[in-house]
Amino acid sequence: MAHMESDRRTGSPESSRFWLSNKIQFNISFNGKVIAGLIFAGLLLSWEMAAQFGVISPLYFPPPSFILQKIGSLLTNGTLISNTLITLARMLIGLVIGGSLGLVLGLVMGWSDRFREVIDPFVAAIHPLPKIAILPLIMVIFGIGNLSIMIVVAAGAFFPMLINTMSGVVQIHPIHFDVAKNYQASSMKVFQRVILPGSAPSILAGLRLALNTTLLLTVAVEMVSSISGLGGMIWMAWTTMRIEEIYSSLVVITLFGILINVFLMLLTSWLLPWQEKRSS
Amino acid sequence: MNPPHSTEIYADHITKHYQSHNGQVYALENVNFKISAGEIVCIVGPSGCGKSTLLKILAGLIEPTSGQVRFSNGSNDSGIRTALIFQEHGLFPWMTILDNVAFGLENLGVGKIERQQKTQTFLEQLGLGEFSHYYPSELSGGMRQRAVIARAVLVEPNLLLMDEPFSGLDAQSKLVLQEEMLHIWKTFQQTVIYVTHEIEEAILLGDRVLLMTGRPGSIKEEIEVLLDRPRDLRDRDQPFVRETKWHIWKAIEGQVRQSLHVSG
Repeated sequence: MAHMESDRRTGSPESSRFWLSNKIQFNISFNGKVIAGLIFAGLLLSWEMAAQFGVISPLYFPPPSFILQKIGSLLTNGTLISNTLITLARMLIGLVIGGSLGLVLGLVMGWSDRFREVIDPFVAAIHPLPKIAILPLIMVIFGIGNLSIMIVVAAGAFFPMLINTMSGVVQIHPIHFDVAKNYQASSMKVFQRVILPGSAPSILAGLRLALNTTLLLTVAVEMVSSISGLGGMIWMAWTTMRIEEIYSSLVVITLFGILINVFLMLLTSWLLPWQEKRSS
Repeated sequence: MNPPHSTEIYADHITKHYQSHNGQVYALENVNFKISAGEIVCIVGPSGCGKSTLLKILAGLIEPTSGQVRFSNGSNDSGIRTALIFQEHGLFPWMTILDNVAFGLENLGVGKIERQQKTQTFLEQLGLGEFSHYYPSELSGGMRQRAVIARAVLVEPNLLLMDEPFSGLDAQSKLVLQEEMLHIWKTFQQTVIYVTHEIEEAILLGDRVLLMTGRPGSIKEEIEVLLDRPRDLRDRDQPFVRETKWHIWKAIEGQVRQSLHVSG
């Protein structure tokens, strides 16, 4: 009983105390992230062992240490870095162009009911089309190359930004506009103090979708239309059966995805401090 | 802060119809009244009698179908500053209390440093100083509503319009805030129109009570409140309050029952 009481006094909800004997005690922190890390390391280790001892075919599942070596050599000869930068550039340029057009149009459509009524049917018609499907047409018009890739990527960023921004503005509680009007706020002030911050959570959700879509689209488009970039690299590796290179590209793309999410988390806590406080 | 100039208001044959999904709604029909400068008038009536619509028309947020609102200088609204206080959601959730309360001053073109100092000082007078960097979601409903009132009072309005400002609060917070309102009105002496569905509150706060009934919304009766000022919560027990309360209730009871489909 005495032990349990001391436990209650000192133990945080995340840690628990195990009594191995009367004298020795361990504090094990039940931190979810630590456990996830341990599981991840365990999986890698089992993969390594299984591939090394021939339980699984090292041809299809090369051991992680081989993949790491391959990444090292691809890094030193510059292939990985240049292809990563190419993919990053295509993705970001497409995102900035398509995303900012979507943002601006979304704000205007959210603000003006009349404008929204006119444009909405067009958005509804074009939006469901998988953007990868327009690539052949774009290549016919603009030729094979970076321009076509970035146009498709931009189209992929445009719609999630547009739709989320628009709905973000539309769902702002009408009372906020009444308050602004009552205090005779100028249109500029309404935009700055009501529309932008009021729709910001939804805009950020749109940005998240746009980032994921553009990453997917850039890699997919590179696979079918380019020999450069991470997508092109994967495709080349597949056609020449360089399995370790496929894995190397996948690792980099995974890191991309993780970085995107970290970036979004930082951006959210910077732009929406009022939402963080509400959830905590 | 000097007491601002209050204003007289004339509501001149105000009628408001609008189209809804269920057809034409006669929100207001031929509403007339005059409110003297510095007077506190409570508008009381059952839900849906059009009192919020009337307040929005007085605030200039919506246009009447016919009729007009005139202020003492004869114009429509030039030079008249109205501040409207809503039931809830009056604060911007994305701004700190300081920025919210300073919002009125911000739109009057007061510079950032000056308006922040002025606002902080006022918040401290109200006892909210230490919460100026909190977000609205971190404060209780009563504190939020006090911040809304602070924002309105800071722009020194000629006319203060309040739309059931305490209806979302618990009964005890409401008592304290009603008393605070009595104090603020005494200090600033603006003209006040206070909309409520609570009969006792209307009698306790107002110089005059306008009794509204719905479908179509119109002023049914005017009641002069014969209570001395300053008033406090103990005035609830005065015979005048009790008698008037039942008088008003009789006048609106039928409509309340009807709206709830209670027979008899």
